[in-house]
Amino acid sequence: MSPEGINNIKRRNITNTVFHGLLFLSTLIGIMFLIVLIAQILIKGLGWLDWDFITNFPSRFPKKAGIKSALVGTIWVISFTALFSFPLGVGTAIYLEEYSKKSWYNRLLQINISNLAGVPSIVYGMLGLAVFVKLFNFERSILSASLTLTLLILPVIIVASQEALKSVPNSLKEGSYALGMSKWQTITGVVLPFALPGILTGTILALSRAIGEAAPLIMVGAFGYVAFLPKGPMDYFTTLPIQIFNWTSRPQSEFQNIAAAGIIVLLILLLSANAVAIILRNKYQKRI
Amino acid sequence: MFFFKNKTVVFLAIILVLALALVGCSKPADEPNNEEPKQEAKKEEAKLSGEIKIDGSSTVFPITEAMAEEFTKLHPDVRIPVGISGTGGGFKKFVVKETAISDASRPIKDKEAAAAKENGVEYIELTVAYDGLSVLVNPANTWVDSLTVDELKKIWGPESTVKTWKDVRPEWPAEEIKLYAPGTDSGTFDYFTEEINGKSGAIRQDFTPSEDDNVLVQGIAGDKNALGFFGFAYYIENKDKLKAVKIDSGQGPVGPSFETIADGSYTPLSRPIFIYVNKAELKRPEVKEFVKFYMENAKELVPQVGYVALSDDKYAENLKKIVQ
Repeated sequence: MSPEGINNIKRRNITNTVFHGLLFLSTLIGIMFLIVLIAQILIKGLGWLDWDFITNFPSRFPKKAGIKSALVGTIWVISFTALFSFPLGVGTAIYLEEYSKKSWYNRLLQINISNLAGVPSIVYGMLGLAVFVKLFNFERSILSASLTLTLLILPVIIVASQEALKSVPNSLKEGSYALGMSKWQTITGVVLPFALPGILTGTILALSRAIGEAAPLIMVGAFGYVAFLPKGPMDYFTTLPIQIFNWTSRPQSEFQNIAAAGIIVLLILLLSANAVAIILRNKYQKRI
Repeated sequence: MFFFKNKTVVFLAIILVLALALVGCSKPADEPNNEEPKQEAKKEEAKLSGEIKIDGSSTVFPITEAMAEEFTKLHPDVRIPVGISGTGGGFKKFVVKETAISDASRPIKDKEAAAAKENGVEYIELTVAYDGLSVLVNPANTWVDSLTVDELKKIWGPESTVKTWKDVRPEWPAEEIKLYAPGTDSGTFDYFTEEINGKSGAIRQDFTPSEDDNVLVQGIAGDKNALGFFGFAYYIENKDKLKAVKIDSGQGPVGPSFETIADGSYTPLSRPIFIYVNKAELKRPEVKEFVKFYMENAKELVPQVGYVALSDDKYAENLKKIVQ
């Protein structure tokens, strides 16, 4: 080998090492900030986190304050959001991927959906206020909130489901058709089972985003102080992010600490949602 | 193929119908809930129940929250949700009868009062506490002890040319002043600009704004040349990190404290804060009882959440307004 070639290898090796290091560093920075953030929250909030904190209603005394109404409110809102957004999102994705023809109208639809995924959440809050709260007269209820959040995460669910549907190999579908299956049978029997892990992951990640939203819910009319549990979907509510936001803006430093405790609960909720996503995905992947 | 397409439509339609049915079901399910307490109320006269919807200023929120908390202890069947839409947002709901009581950190504006009249909403205004706006500097700032109202205007006015402390008083150091103030949406900002600069919203452009007063506390506590203003409650909680500037409105410099705000000597930066009560709603026994409770317990609860209580006569006067 000529000396030039050896030099070249050396240079390429150096470049490789440098970029390896740089990429590792960039990963490290992200993780470092996450660790600092979580550590700070744990230090502040862990001492305040006990069973009373979960089972008490909010109070002006930080020691007595709890997140009962916020936690229950979050569960109500997110359950209804899931109920609305999953069938609508998956239905739309199936239509777009399996039934719609490649016309200009459908391309426009597709571009619109992708764009909607990038709209700031407060805009959905305003939409929810105008349409669900005022026009449909659902008032400041759990229902209005879940419908607003449904709109917010629908584009994400649609796009994720579409990607999952696209990943189904054509050979499987063709095999199904070759056996004389109709389109609907192919979708329910072949396409959906194969795409389900991807669809579920996308849906649960989208729902996790919805759990953390405060701004659109304040627009829709979540209350800051709620000392009762909702009796139904038409009842008033508050959610964890709103309760946390409310506490962080208080002057007393104890409220900052219980806000941190609230954040820990919210994180646990989010992580368990993600864990469910992973378990579901693994379960359905094994079946195939 | 056409047939299958139809099937999809049917499938989606079923989902929609199910969703709507759910909505439909929920309404009647809610109604018996509303009726039950009424029957109970008949059985037992003294037992109050029902719902008192409150919304409005986040400044007044801690007081109303404390009241709702204590009131619910006595009357567990009364539900009192309290919102934080801001003074303006609260009035928007108040004038269309969506809420029974509105928290307000400023008096109702003519426009809002006109809207209320148009919708047939009659209301009473009750002062519930004083809030002192505090002007603050860093504790390492040894030169500023007091500022006159004119000096504040010179610093904060929309046409201000003040860059350094020296521009305010010649004997002060020629170091650049860093300005911190609440966001333009807050009642605190409105009040300060109106009292100091003469017009609500009129202010110079180069200051650091934050909707979260705790951020302002951090900013001023960490910057030797900082100058800012925010609610008294935030100063009380951070006395060790901040230094309050005495304000001279012509009668000598006065610092903010519970006493000076209550007796009116801390002027012009102490302001009354209010609740507005819909007169029609006040006829409901639970609303009347709650507002009465509010006035009777304000003296004790208001200072607990960092505000300055009114004198006893003022609360007594408010009580008279309710009983009428």
